[in-house]
Amino acid sequence: MTKVKDATIPTIPAQARLSRWFGRNLIRIYAFFGFTYLFIPVAYTFAFSFNDSGKSNLIWKGFTLDNWQNPCGAPEICTALGNSIKIGLLATIFSTILGTMIAFAIGRYAFKGRSTSNLLIFLPMATPEIVLGASLLSLFLVFQINPGFWPTVIAHVVFCISFVVVTVKARIASLDPRLEQAAMDLYANELQTFRRVTLPLVAPGIAAAALLAFSLSFDDFIITNFNSGTLTTFPKFVYVSAARGIPAQANVIGSAMFFLALAIVIAGQLISKKTKINK
Amino acid sequence: MSSILSKVKLPYLLLLPGFLFLFTFFILPIVNLAQTSTQTPIADGDTGQYEQTFRFANYIDAFVENREQFARSFIFAICATLLALAIAYPLAYAIAFKSGRFKNILLVLIIAPFFTSFLLRTVAWKQILGEEGFVVPPLRTLGIIGESTTLTSTSFAVVLGMTYNFLPFMTLPLYASLERIDPRTMEASGDLYANGITTFRRVTLPLSMPGVVAGTLLTFIPAAGDYVNAAILGNPNSKMLGNVIESRYFRIVDYPTAAALSFTLMAAILILVTLYIRKAGTEELV
Repeated sequence: MTKVKDATIPTIPAQARLSRWFGRNLIRIYAFFGFTYLFIPVAYTFAFSFNDSGKSNLIWKGFTLDNWQNPCGAPEICTALGNSIKIGLLATIFSTILGTMIAFAIGRYAFKGRSTSNLLIFLPMATPEIVLGASLLSLFLVFQINPGFWPTVIAHVVFCISFVVVTVKARIASLDPRLEQAAMDLYANELQTFRRVTLPLVAPGIAAAALLAFSLSFDDFIITNFNSGTLTTFPKFVYVSAARGIPAQANVIGSAMFFLALAIVIAGQLISKKTKINK
Repeated sequence: MSSILSKVKLPYLLLLPGFLFLFTFFILPIVNLAQTSTQTPIADGDTGQYEQTFRFANYIDAFVENREQFARSFIFAICATLLALAIAYPLAYAIAFKSGRFKNILLVLIIAPFFTSFLLRTVAWKQILGEEGFVVPPLRTLGIIGESTTLTSTSFAVVLGMTYNFLPFMTLPLYASLERIDPRTMEASGDLYANGITTFRRVTLPLSMPGVVAGTLLTFIPAAGDYVNAAILGNPNSKMLGNVIESRYFRIVDYPTAAALSFTLMAAILILVTLYIRKAGTEELV
């Protein structure tokens, strides 16, 4: 009897240890699966950028580097990419300037109509993209403006502004007001304080907002589809070719964008860490 | 004196260009859309020619004709939002409290999939879940799904795609509000003999509510108006309101119905969102 008891004693802690390990790491295991879910299509896209597929990239046929060596190989694809980049840059410049001005007004000043202004900024974010796109197209049609390059840029600025305002405003709100007071105490006038203290402190927020605006614009399909007419953009190219299979070059461009953006974000983080240490 | 005057004016001057832009290209189009929604076809005009007759019955017609897609849009969007919440909350919690020095890297990884075009990722899901993908054949062999069952072209695939696409929108606000919680509040709860579940229910969850509200809204609103997932991953019987609006615009050139549907969608979203914010009790969103 006692022997049996003795024999069972060591197994119980082992089981308990295992279940305790699970209990403690359950959330980490869960998070691991969450990240897996997020990255499955990214990995798939990357893997199939090496597919020796010919025209439609549906089944794995063999490994090749051709697609990476010749990313413009599929017809129209680089025209579409070029359009997306041009539209993205213009939309980013306009929305960042307009949005930053609004963010300073709302974040810095108490004035009549401030809450209405907040509402006006929130509304485009609460409007479904399809409604934004359709309503703008109707307006362009009324004024007999043909959909195309500039209507698309305008449409992108509309939905990017709000995101810029929210991002920059958050940065302004986190500023320590004593820094500006200190500048004023040291006889800097308002303009100098703004240029030498406020703006450099807000700059990372503006940079983040610009990055966000570019990626929103570059990736947008719904609003673009309504306002671009016959102009192709990269997302439109993917959507149209989805029916008969996407050329592997699209996977190349998608993967390249992924690594490029990742590199920019990591570089940004390293720079901000370095400046923090130097301070 | 002039300096005081300019100080009063300064915020308005800063707002002016942006608001002029938003007025012209956001407010005006919405007003114009409202006008379009009550128009009727010109008696002997071409297709796509309409005149204003203030026919409010357009709304009823549009709604009755498309009530199925309307209901589906909201059911799909709610399912995707709840699923995203279930996936994102533990994810955000793990990043905020359990990631140590990997926090920044993990945060970047949450946004990283964004950088591959979302259409490419949606198409990738279509192929992964397709007959030749790596999900269906093993499930068939194991007998989990039948020979004739497919995963693509189903409502399941549409909801899965939407959940996937809007997951970062859910995770980031959740993380932001969880990260702001003072860990000492949780310790205090433990000191007062609350177990893990009670601490979560009575301390962590209530403190993270602003993130839950912001995340669910940022997921629900675009999901309700989405039509790309339904177009790529769905079938003719899983069409959403977005698909109807799109085809009314481009294929049938029926602007009034498209406008009326757009407005109904927007109104329904605004009503739901307002009720939801009232109930959840946060005003810090804007």
